[in-house]
Amino acid sequence: MIVVESGPLAEMKAHALTTFPDECCGFLYGAEQSDGSRMISKVLEVTNSKAGDKKRRFEISGKDYMLAEKFALENDLLLLGIYHSHPKHPAIPSEHDRIAALPYFSYVILSVNPENIDHIRSWQLNEVSQFEEEVFSPEHLNQSI
Amino acid sequence: MATVIIPTPLRKFTNQTAKVQIEAGTIGEVIDRITLDFPELKKHLIDQQGGIRSFVNIFAGDEDIRDLQKEKTPVTHSTVISIVPAIAGGSF
Repeated sequence: MIVVESGPLAEMKAHALTTFPDECCGFLYGAEQSDGSRMISKVLEVTNSKAGDKKRRFEISGKDYMLAEKFALENDLLLLGIYHSHPKHPAIPSEHDRIAALPYFSYVILSVNPENIDHIRSWQLNEVSQFEEEVFSPEHLNQSI
Repeated sequence: MATVIIPTPLRKFTNQTAKVQIEAGTIGEVIDRITLDFPELKKHLIDQQGGIRSFVNIFAGDEDIRDLQKEKTPVTHSTVISIVPAIAGGSF
C-alpha cells in the first residue's frame, strides 16, 4: 500500500497540469512501515530533461538524481520512488517505463488532460521485472482527483 | 579510501548501506571491488560484455565518467563516486 499525504498529492497534480501537454516528473520521499506500506510525505519536482518529445517521454538527469539521493540523506527521508504524468493517456506503465524501471521504487503515474487529473495509480516491479499495481490507501481513494 | 554512494534501489544488495568505502586507484577497480564485496550488485551494474550497463551512470564527484576517462578514471581518497541509475520512461 502507498499513501500520499494531501500536500504532496496536490503538488504532483499541480505539476502535471502546469506541464501539460508535456510529461512531468519528480521524486517521492517518505517512510516505509515494517509491513512494506509506504507513506509519501514529500515530493520533489525535477525538470523533464528528455531531449526531443516531452509529450510522451520523460528523463531525469544524472545530476538531478544525485541531488535527490543527497536530499534524502540530509533530511532523514527515504527516496521511495518516481512520479510522472501521462498526458491524455492512461495511468498505466508503458514498455518504455518498464524497461528503465528499477526494483524497490514505487512508480506513481498521473493520467492528465488539459482540465484535470483523470487517474492516479502506482506501480512496482515484481521479482520477474513486471509491473504490479500498488494499492492506494482508502484515504487517497476518498479524495477528489 | 574512495567513497561510493549506493542508490536507494540497490541498497538491499549492500545490507542497506548507503555509503561504501573502497580502496582502489581507478573507477574500474572500484566497480570490481564493490561487485566482489556485494556480488548481487553485479547484474545491476555490469552487462554481459563486462562493461558498465547502459542504464547505469557512474559519477566521480559531479562528473560523469563517460566525460572523463571512463573506467580508467583515477580516484583518490577524497573521491566520492555515485552510482546513478538512468531514470526515464514515457506514455507509449
